[in-house]
Amino acid sequence: MYQYDQYDQAMVDARVAEFRDQVERRLAGDITEDQFKPLRLKNGLYLQLHAYMLRVAIPYGTLSSRQMRMLGDIADKYDRGYGHFTTRQNIQYNWIKLQEAPDLLADLASVEMHAIQTSGNCIRNTTADQFAGAAADELVDPRPYAELLRQWSTFHPEFDYLPRKFKIAIIGSETDRAAMKLHDIGIQLVKNDAGEIGCRFYVGGGMGRTPMIAPVIGDFVPPLQMISYLEACLRVYNRHGRRDNKYKARIKILVHEIGADEYRRQVEEEFAHILTLGLEPPPAELERIKGFFADPAFDPAAPDELDLSDPDFALWVDQNIHAHKKPGYAIVNISLKPVGGIPGDATSDQIRLMADLAKDYSFDELRVTHAQNIVLPHVRKADLYTIWQKLEEAGLANANLDLIGDIIACPGLDYCSLANARSIPVAQKISERFGDLGRQRELGELKLKISGCINACGHHHAGHIGILGVDRKGVENYQLLLGGCEGADTSLGQITGPGFNEDGIVDAVEKVTEVYLAQRAPGERFVDTFRRIGMTPFKEAIYAKETANG
Amino acid sequence: MKTGEIKIITGNDLRTGDVVWWTGEGWSRHVNDAVEAGEHAEAVIARENAKQIVTDTHVIDATRTAEGVRPAHIKDRIRALGPTVRLDLSLKPADPDAGTWVI
Amino acid sequence: MVEQTLRFRDDEPVGDPAVTVDAFADQSNATAVRIEPGDDARALLPHLDRIALVEVNFPAYTDGRGYSAARILREHGYTGELRAVGDVLVDQLSHMRRCGFDSFAPEQPISAEAAARAFTTWPEVYQKTVDGRPAIWAKRHPA
Repeated sequence: MYQYDQYDQAMVDARVAEFRDQVERRLAGDITEDQFKPLRLKNGLYLQLHAYMLRVAIPYGTLSSRQMRMLGDIADKYDRGYGHFTTRQNIQYNWIKLQEAPDLLADLASVEMHAIQTSGNCIRNTTADQFAGAAADELVDPRPYAELLRQWSTFHPEFDYLPRKFKIAIIGSETDRAAMKLHDIGIQLVKNDAGEIGCRFYVGGGMGRTPMIAPVIGDFVPPLQMISYLEACLRVYNRHGRRDNKYKARIKILVHEIGADEYRRQVEEEFAHILTLGLEPPPAELERIKGFFADPAFDPAAPDELDLSDPDFALWVDQNIHAHKKPGYAIVNISLKPVGGIPGDATSDQIRLMADLAKDYSFDELRVTHAQNIVLPHVRKADLYTIWQKLEEAGLANANLDLIGDIIACPGLDYCSLANARSIPVAQKISERFGDLGRQRELGELKLKISGCINACGHHHAGHIGILGVDRKGVENYQLLLGGCEGADTSLGQITGPGFNEDGIVDAVEKVTEVYLAQRAPGERFVDTFRRIGMTPFKEAIYAKETANG
Repeated sequence: MKTGEIKIITGNDLRTGDVVWWTGEGWSRHVNDAVEAGEHAEAVIARENAKQIVTDTHVIDATRTAEGVRPAHIKDRIRALGPTVRLDLSLKPADPDAGTWVI
Repeated sequence: MVEQTLRFRDDEPVGDPAVTVDAFADQSNATAVRIEPGDDARALLPHLDRIALVEVNFPAYTDGRGYSAARILREHGYTGELRAVGDVLVDQLSHMRRCGFDSFAPEQPISAEAAARAFTTWPEVYQKTVDGRPAIWAKRHPA
């Protein structure tokens, strides 16, 4: 894992000192709320429905056990004993006191963490493939590039007041586990026929009010020009992105309105100019960073066979374990989605337990996924049973990865001041309705995603089944979307028709799954069946009763 | 005390972030302590903002009955109660049905 | 209105009034020009040798187009005064300086002390820009 040197540490320490001063001035009444609000937002401190919420950055979703332990301790010391892992691989605390926020940031800085640029119209925390450096199908480890990106984007003076927030994701596998094409910029590290590495830039994707799949803008940018290309992409956006309407201010609208070809032309022009300026860190810097991401000391003699005689363990292995690049090792997915639970929430004890497991069994490393789960990336297969037992004891052995119970949900109206409807109770009811694991497994891979408003933090557009909460004359109402997908075959969900109340949406989801079970061809996932048979059979099933009753 | 449709003032404690309601004399965490702010709302807000104790002060619609004060919008009812999915952290931790009040 | 300008240059301030980018193209004797957020700073590039002052207007601090305008001018060799005017707050001074601004005429006055403090906010910088400060990567790998 990357470790700060004195420069990195000085930057976060300076930030803590600056924020401490700002909070003191606010509490003393020297500055008004209007003046203070943009300052606290730059540090990820929101005023939400019930209290201040702090969003902590987890750079490209990677944590050491020491950092994870600190996240657990912070939950106890400054919050109410839990945290919420988000769809951007970050963690949020819901009950922060303003007067304690500077101390919290200082504690974070002591483990090389911060809340910098987790809000505001700036470049947000970069996300990445949660299996980076571990996956069997990886071409290039994206983490060194993500770290280069982190440093470049931190306190970037030109891009701190963009038209709108800006999210970058980076992957190095053929399989896209980071919803890369649904970001402002998605970077896929690829190799050409000569074996050289290049960055394929997808620009102008996004969810929110106007979901769009990003087109390829730069097909093969040399890695040592990645920063310059980013500067060019961002500068064109900063200068020409719309600022007259916040709902049209994301880069996807610019790319859409002027067209991918014209945007590419402008970027290329700017890129040619920027290349003359020498803004790119030298190759030695990339090599220095790569040094931190060398493989841990894998045991070449680690046994590859697994005793699956315990049926519950076997189920968990089948569902939650992913292939590792080294024989004898496995990637463990810890689902934070218990039946009836709150997606992404973990108690301080659970967080510390996961930290301990990482320390003892995963070379000190954890990852956070955009599906709000936790990953232990480098686990000996021989240790899986012990880990599973410990997870089971802590309520963390939910064997539902990528099944209908593995629901993504934003905090919704239970916590969020932007939300129009609650998300969590819907997630809870659906996970209870499909509480039987056998039933979930029968349905197979089925990604269900719930957002409590059009901002789409719950990625409803990208759900095989998506749910969007809206406010209909003061009453919560839920729209159903089908056919969304992230990854190489990214597609956007389509709305089925009129919305439902809380119980109605749960029934509708069940009917949709029944249509799938009745119609699927062998080997088809839900989304494949939907693509083959289209919306009509699903609509007929969902709205049949209403039609019959007139 | 005025019943029926009323205007009440709410905000968040600057230091703790707690949701608070204007009682006519100060701020309470309990919505049932909220009073009709009426025509004085703007003056109260201006005066209280100047004290820099409560932030994000604003007026909302509510109804007062014998049972208490009920904000007109679900968002404010959830603010008044706490997260419906964590009633243990709400203002009514002992009432398992507290969540139905917000609907 | 009291005009306050924080100026970090040794030469004499330009007395000429700044004209708009459109007007500037037609006035061959103008030496000061004012860029609005929607203007294309590149339109000035053919004329950099006769410009002594560029004012970049920030009608709202949240509109960051002026940062790119400033950098573009500096990257193309402009050495005259580059002044940020309008809704310029102390919290933006450091970034503005990094993008090439060397004078500031904020609507709400900023004390010289507060400005000096703002410029020392960051002990180091991660990016190479136009202000000559070495990026952290350059310090890690001295040539």
